[in-house]
Amino acid sequence: MTFSEEQLKKVQEIIARYPEGKQKSALIPVLHLAQENFGRWLSAESMDYVASLLNLDPIEVYEVATFYSMFNLKPVGKYILEVCQTGPCMLRGSDQIIDYIGKKLNIKPGETSADGLITLKTVECLGACGYAPMLQMGKHYHEYLTEEKIDLLIEHCKENQHLVK
Amino acid sequence: MGVKLLLDKAHVPGIRSYEVYRREGGYAAVEKALKMSPNDVVEEVKKSGLRGRGGAGFPSGMKWSFLAKPEGVPRYLVCNADESEPGTFKDRYLMEFIPHLLIEGLIVSSYALGSSRTYIYIRGEYAWIPDILEQAIAEANANGWLGKNIMGTGFDCQIYVQRGAGAYICGEETALIESLEGKRGNPRIKPPFPAVKGLYDCPTVVNNVETLAAVVPIMNIGGEAYSKIGVGRSTGTKLISACGNINKPGVYEIDMTISVEEFIYSDEYCGGIANGKKLKACIPGGSSVPILPANLLLKTAKGETRYMNYESLSDGGFATGSMMGSGGFIVLDEDQCVVRHTLSLARFYRHESCGQCSPCREGTGWMEKILHKIEYGKGQMSDIDLLWDIQRRIEGNTICPLGDAAAWPVAAAIRHFRDEFEWHVLNPEESQTRNFGLAHYADPREVVA
Repeated sequence: MTFSEEQLKKVQEIIARYPEGKQKSALIPVLHLAQENFGRWLSAESMDYVASLLNLDPIEVYEVATFYSMFNLKPVGKYILEVCQTGPCMLRGSDQIIDYIGKKLNIKPGETSADGLITLKTVECLGACGYAPMLQMGKHYHEYLTEEKIDLLIEHCKENQHLVK
Repeated sequence: MGVKLLLDKAHVPGIRSYEVYRREGGYAAVEKALKMSPNDVVEEVKKSGLRGRGGAGFPSGMKWSFLAKPEGVPRYLVCNADESEPGTFKDRYLMEFIPHLLIEGLIVSSYALGSSRTYIYIRGEYAWIPDILEQAIAEANANGWLGKNIMGTGFDCQIYVQRGAGAYICGEETALIESLEGKRGNPRIKPPFPAVKGLYDCPTVVNNVETLAAVVPIMNIGGEAYSKIGVGRSTGTKLISACGNINKPGVYEIDMTISVEEFIYSDEYCGGIANGKKLKACIPGGSSVPILPANLLLKTAKGETRYMNYESLSDGGFATGSMMGSGGFIVLDEDQCVVRHTLSLARFYRHESCGQCSPCREGTGWMEKILHKIEYGKGQMSDIDLLWDIQRRIEGNTICPLGDAAAWPVAAAIRHFRDEFEWHVLNPEESQTRNFGLAHYADPREVVA
């Protein structure tokens, strides 16, 4: 579990954003990079690797990785549906959306479908309140959700799963 | 049509690109500012009366003038783009559609404050926006607005984008600084304030995206002219992100002279309540500020029209008023249950508490549990008083304002909607299936007429 040449170059670019000796600032961006490239979650092994790259004690990495909700600390599906459930989304039906996905995939929030394809997560406000209900999948937001849109999205995941490592 | 200073060009095709932005008059503020002394730029912002757009509403020029300037120590400007307050999505709109406005504001502000390394700390979930900002930064670099010796003034500046990773608390400025240093987002005890000891223990100013973008029109039209827009101490324009049960959710720029009623019902803004329903309540400034029932939202307790500005929204204090906050305007229609909505917000604050201070760490958890009990028909009358007691013990007893932010929505819900909490206790069988309804609250249209 190591970065490619190109990814290591990216790490150096990130470190160069900060004054000399402040490479700890690079920790969160490098953890994002690790999560993106090491199977969408952070194992102890990948966290130790990040620690060695930034010259940090492993504990400094663990304490950060466990604090932020975007870092997955256990294996997840190929796709993660992160549905916002906070007030403004709730007003526009997020509870029904979460129920619908759960029933469709036969999972509860926090679980992954039996085929390992999709993890359902409930998350708190993602700043898309005007376009509610919404969810995040990967880098992007899906807004004004309906049951039909969920069907299409899950269909898309099934069709494209071979593209995801 | 009110005055528009930030979004006036938002709909020009291609405004995201440097060429179009420049053709539309972009970077004139940098040209103007860099011919002035940094102190004069600060003075101009002071004159404008601009107040922080992140939520607290602190005068920005004053915040800038507090920045310590010891010899030989770098100073930092950090742009707070961690927009996480439920109901708020205005900064996202600015960054996504007019990124150069923020970059221009950052260059002017960095010059005024003497920051050569300026950071934009953006919430991690806005994962596609750093690409947009980095593109804009690259274009600004290529055209000589960033880099070394900008416009021959000897001023060097570079802007970097840093992504967070999911933590509401990092919108608090000292937690943001901790996070930017690669640590957990635990707020620091103040003093020392960031203006003296901030990022890497150096003097630092942290400002919201909208605040920094507003520096551009301030430079363009002058602080004096900016201060004449709006009313009283609510100068300039404000972005409001409207959501909930309205016909036209979205981001609107207002000049703070319009009434709340106009904002909700006019077709230029929210376009009225969705599905022909009636207005029940509203949280006018992001989830942390007190919820107001329709009658107190549209008129103050004194019976005066309530306006969309800092003073009018807070008229009556927390007893009968609310706050402008971050401008996250959440509207609830007559079918919405205040207890359920408050529970949802309580869960949010429990989830987002950093765990550093016990009143907040423990209190937010208990508030959620008790609200859950009441909402699901398992509550007792004494739980309502217990809830009140807990929120009172959190408020003011924590290092950062997250404690207050968690306490206020609960307090206001009980203050104005106690009947509804009691109804849940008295009708446990129906607490899930039937709504307390609007019967006991004034119909806003009748009150207004």
